[in-house]
Amino acid sequence: MRTAYRLALVGNPNCGKSAVFNALTGSRQKVANYPGVTVERKAGRFESASGVVFDVVDLPGSYSLRGCSPDEEITRDVILGRHVEEAAPDVVLCVVDATNLRQHLRLVLEVMRQGKPVIVALNMMDLAARLGLEIDADRLSKELGVPVVETVAVRKAGLQSLLDRLSTDLPDYIKSHPPQSASWHALNAQDVRQIHSQAKRIADAVILRQGGAHRATQVIDDIVLHPVMGPVVLVIVLFFMFQAVFSWAQAPMGWLDTGIVHLQGFLRHELPAGYVRSLLADGILAGVGSVIIFLPQIAILFTFILLLEASGYMVRAAFLMDNLMGRVGLNGRAFIPLLSSFACAVPGIMATRTIENPRDRLTTILIAPLMTCSARLPVYTLIIAAFIPNLDVGWGFGLQGLVMLGLYAAGVVSALVIAGVLKLTVTKGTAQPLIMELPTYKMPILRDIIIGVWQRLKIFLRRAGTIILGAMIVLWVLASFPAPPPEADLPAIYYSFAGIIGHFLEPLFAPIGFNWEIVIALIPGMAAREVAVAALGTVYALSGSADAIGRSLSLTLQSAWSLPTGLAFLVWYIFAPQCLATLAATRRETNSWVWPSFMFGYLITLAYLASFITYRVASAWG
Amino acid sequence: MTFEFQYENEYHVQQDAESPPMDQITGQSLGSLKLGQKGRVVCISGLENGGLTRLDGDDLERRLLEIGFMEGDEVQILHFGPVGRDPIAVRLGSMIVALRRREADAILVEPCL
Repeated sequence: MRTAYRLALVGNPNCGKSAVFNALTGSRQKVANYPGVTVERKAGRFESASGVVFDVVDLPGSYSLRGCSPDEEITRDVILGRHVEEAAPDVVLCVVDATNLRQHLRLVLEVMRQGKPVIVALNMMDLAARLGLEIDADRLSKELGVPVVETVAVRKAGLQSLLDRLSTDLPDYIKSHPPQSASWHALNAQDVRQIHSQAKRIADAVILRQGGAHRATQVIDDIVLHPVMGPVVLVIVLFFMFQAVFSWAQAPMGWLDTGIVHLQGFLRHELPAGYVRSLLADGILAGVGSVIIFLPQIAILFTFILLLEASGYMVRAAFLMDNLMGRVGLNGRAFIPLLSSFACAVPGIMATRTIENPRDRLTTILIAPLMTCSARLPVYTLIIAAFIPNLDVGWGFGLQGLVMLGLYAAGVVSALVIAGVLKLTVTKGTAQPLIMELPTYKMPILRDIIIGVWQRLKIFLRRAGTIILGAMIVLWVLASFPAPPPEADLPAIYYSFAGIIGHFLEPLFAPIGFNWEIVIALIPGMAAREVAVAALGTVYALSGSADAIGRSLSLTLQSAWSLPTGLAFLVWYIFAPQCLATLAATRRETNSWVWPSFMFGYLITLAYLASFITYRVASAWG
Repeated sequence: MTFEFQYENEYHVQQDAESPPMDQITGQSLGSLKLGQKGRVVCISGLENGGLTRLDGDDLERRLLEIGFMEGDEVQILHFGPVGRDPIAVRLGSMIVALRRREADAILVEPCL
């Protein structure tokens, strides 16, 4: 006897499929990528009351089986049973939004043409009832010739009839549909028209009473999509979101920081001095800790993104921004990922998954690191304090603040320019049209949000525990070995591999005004941008708390660096690709080493050129 | 804004036996409707005012059909984007679809007054 039935969940986008999946499997789900593509594979397992076990896979939402995007290709290939990794499902559960029956029936009809055993979940029956819509489910079942079950996925009980149906009738149902090897070809336009007519006929027959329009959606859209009010609302929403990301995260980030510092102190106290202690406390804890500390920001950011997504507002934001973004060849949906990148490029790059078109998505990933992330702030603050006089330039603006604003603006402007250039060169190809559904507004389901945030955090933590951990160990080795000679009067790092590499690279960086101390600091600073501050502290043989280093380092740098060097260093960090986490995220999301290498290459080239120009111009004026 | 839709052989537009010949179809592009105005779709061609869009015509035609546009159905303009009145949000039965002006031009409608 077989152990588990394979069940594939299929449906149009916005049919409530993910809610059905989450309700069926709860937290027992695995999220991974399909090999070779960046499409998420969501699978899970559940057991019915009578002990029948189901392996469920939640296939990407799709309007047809044609496969217009990598997501839709997966859906098509799995249903047709020709996916390499995924076995053909025993039964296809088509989730249909009852309030949009006619449109969603088309996919059901297309799947049925392949001779698969299909069960239809007539979802969102609660909303249909509220709108006064009445559907004859038995009649629908007769018209289609497949079982139809009414569901309300937002409530657990709403799936009971589906579970009963699955566990009692399923074995016979599957037996009555022997696997067929129907030849498949993509529907041409006339086929689609024919299915349209068929769907219309069935919908007209089974809809007993038409429902009214979703009033709340009309009212909200009249404000949110208003040509003047809409952008104002968008700005308010975004302001609130970033306020939350920075202010709410402050306390938990402080706790994490304190925890890491305590743990470091504990290790230094308990372990004998030596390489093990140094590796654990200075290498791993300091390095991984500097990344882990962003966990609260990422959690808050993703909570907001998922709330905006689930409520239906996200596509409205894309609608408002599409024209402006379209001018540099970006898609409206790139807006939120890019905004997220102001907190940290890693969640920003992860958030590009909402962009369906792979080319637009790649462009967005490649320019995400140009948004000034919070890790650059310590560097900017340090250098501005050291080199920019605290002048009042009038109207309450200080010169230091203006320089900071200018650095942010420089990041945004260069991102837009580069997006335009990439569109014409690297990510060239047929531009995809923007055709997207604006779904009715829905109250986000807490369970779905929690599961979503948790999955993102798990991805982030796994990375911190693997690739970043590995890189930290490598950097620690580079900065610690070989040990300085006993008569050394320079800081230990000077004699290490990092120091040797720094010296070796120094001539390369001399044209942009970087001295060997900076070049050495750039090497451990590869891990994360703000680590460069700590590294400069080490190089200039300073010790103490981060704040104390910051204050005294600022004074040290003032005397040690010329103004052009300071400015060149500042400009370097607008572009510098010095963030392993970002490169690792790019590697993961693009599933290739090509794009992170390309990202590193183009960013470091820009950083070098911009610093060179800054250094030369400032020197000429100086 | 009404114009005659010219059928040109080289585009190989498929047509139903029942539907009227292409050269008899008259309509204006969906993008030319006013805010709140309703219209009936007369032709989804994948051709934008007689020229091809950036997608090839057949692909765009299917894309529009797949998201839910269909000849004979009523559409209503609900919202315009804030810049350049682009994109356009259209009511389509019980769903709302947003599309760029460029793509909207591939849909010919007969305005309902």
